[in-house]
Amino acid sequence: MVLVVAETLEGKIKNSSFETVYYGSKVAEILGTSCHALILGPCSDGGRLGSFGAKEVWQVEDQALSSFDSQVYTKVITQIAKEQGAKVVIVADSSNGKSILGRLSIALNAGPVRGANKLPELKDGKLNFQRPVFSGKAIATCRVNSEIAVISLMGNSLKPQSTGAEVAVKAINVEIPASKTKVIKVERSVGIVPLPEAQIVVSAGRGMKDPSNWGIVEDLAAVLGATTACSRPVADSGWRPHHEHVGQTGIAIRPNLYIAIGISGAIQHLAGVNSSKVIVVINKDPEAPFFKAADYGVCGDLFEIVPKFTEAVKKFKSTHH
Amino acid sequence: MKILVAISQTPETTARIAFKNEGTIFDTNGVNFIMNPYDEWYALVRALELKEQKGGSVTVIHCGPPANEVIIRKALAIGADDAVRINMEPLSAHSIAIQIAAYAKDQSFDVIFAGKETIDYNESLVGGMVAELLDLPFISHVSKLVYNDAVASVTRDIEGGEEEIEVTGPYVVSAAKGLAEQRIPNMRGIMSAKTKPLQVITPVPEESTADYIHFQVPAAKTSVKMVDPNNMDELVRLLHEEAKVI
Ligand SMILES: Cc1cc2nc3c(=O)[nH]c(=O)nc-3n(C[C@H](O)[C@H](O)[C@H](O)COP(=O)(O)OP(=O)(O)OC[C@H]3O[C@@H](n4cnc5c(N)ncnc54)[C@H](O)[C@@H]3O)c2cc1C
Ligand SMILES: Nc1ncnc2c1ncn2[C@@H]1O[C@H](COP(=O)(O)O)[C@@H](O)[C@H]1O
Repeated sequence: MVLVVAETLEGKIKNSSFETVYYGSKVAEILGTSCHALILGPCSDGGRLGSFGAKEVWQVEDQALSSFDSQVYTKVITQIAKEQGAKVVIVADSSNGKSILGRLSIALNAGPVRGANKLPELKDGKLNFQRPVFSGKAIATCRVNSEIAVISLMGNSLKPQSTGAEVAVKAINVEIPASKTKVIKVERSVGIVPLPEAQIVVSAGRGMKDPSNWGIVEDLAAVLGATTACSRPVADSGWRPHHEHVGQTGIAIRPNLYIAIGISGAIQHLAGVNSSKVIVVINKDPEAPFFKAADYGVCGDLFEIVPKFTEAVKKFKSTHH
Repeated sequence: MKILVAISQTPETTARIAFKNEGTIFDTNGVNFIMNPYDEWYALVRALELKEQKGGSVTVIHCGPPANEVIIRKALAIGADDAVRINMEPLSAHSIAIQIAAYAKDQSFDVIFAGKETIDYNESLVGGMVAELLDLPFISHVSKLVYNDAVASVTRDIEGGEEEIEVTGPYVVSAAKGLAEQRIPNMRGIMSAKTKPLQVITPVPEESTADYIHFQVPAAKTSVKMVDPNNMDELVRLLHEEAKVI
């Protein structure tokens, strides 16, 4: 049995969970077994996971699970995985997913694979997963040697497809240990797709000269429905919030489209973005290293190019949607 | 406060990434190694700041062969009081976590720091594994850690924001950017590091649950298609029709 831990946000299934469940159902096919989804805490629309391949959806509804605690979550998931005989446990490669992956691997004596980005191959009875290493500069094949595997799935690895109907959510009861932590405050920018989940990212660097110039970047992001990001010196000098910093020491992302504006393309920057499917670089320096990693390049002054690009997208959107 | 900081060694951020023996082994030829930035800049420095505020000691622990003592001496030069090296080839996060937990088990550390991930294998596993082995709370991706009396208030990065958590010790955290400011070792630090205690320990037996069997470097992008800066309609067309991303 493949057990997928689905994530929720404000009582609703997170979009990224459809991909995790769909991936789980494909792994289950490879193993000739079924995929089951698990929801921890309150959630009103868990049945939707059925459409993406969960044979059953289980929910531990307890209010105590509405805030995340890696220790408590691990105990609950472990109990269920053991009772149900899970062979593969899958979580999202999110901040919560990464917090429980190592714990689960110890608790279940399971081989961990952080950030799988493809379906595994079954070789000599063992699952082989691929994952990016060296900040995306290489791809590793990781073989799980134990009976059980625990995987975190890198977002945007495969396109979830609706395969069937919703299913009824089954409430299950497990013992929930007391938490030794207390969540005091959660702050989340609203209405913006978080960087790791964004399909399109518009990112800008020191070429912007001054934080007051960011309007043109935000306008472009708005017409594309994109999330904004920045290079490290931009975050370090306080021009942009530090959660926008992408790269080797920032967030690693892999959107469908990454647009880099006034960023030179230093190796540490590329490390966090070079897994993007398509890269557009706007830079006035024809020798900027970023052009070598780009699919499309525009050489010229960003202050002229970006507003024109925004207008062109607007025109396109008004005729295509 | 008694603090333990797990430090790892990684290739420099600009190192050429290549593999040998048919893609089974990382080619270290010409590669310079450094202390993992998350461990050095954030975990270690915040540990030292806590010690400076509250008193106590900072111990660093590293699982690796004798050649890696360079990074241990650097950690001591930055200000750690003493160090432990588990004499082994670190083969997997599991193999490392087992050693750290075995060492820390009877030492009653108040806080154990790890980095959020190493910049080579990027596993992000060791911290959580150690916490589970010791049955302690684990807070990952921590960008702020302050004490009000005995209670620590810890801020962790989450998608698109942050979460503030209260925890009473002992616990494990993994350090992310923002937790502290990098410190450069000074001459006095470098001199005193030479005489600070470094204990070498034989590893406990361990069986890894997963291993790497192959590596490959993704094919480089063929060549960039340059678009006329005065024709952004063309860029939009390419992104729509050719790349199919908008
Ligand atoms: C250990 C380590 C870790 C690091 N981690 C990261 C990381 O995670 N992320 C990261 O981003 N960096 C990281 N760095 C820093 C990295 O090496 C670079 O210094 C940084 O990425 C440069 O940022 P930038 O491209 O915005 O600025 P610059 O390198 O200054 O580039 C600015 C670019 O803007 C262009 N430009 C200027 N004006 C215009 C204009 N009017 N129109 C068009 N183009 C213009 C210039 O041609 C230039 O290419 C790290 C460095 C180290 C040593
Ligand atoms: N060989 C090692 N010795 C001691 N600590 C390590 C070692 N490898 C990793 N760590 C710690 O675990 C953290 C996360 O590593 P990883 O899980 O491998 O990404 C690092 O930032 C270190 O704090």
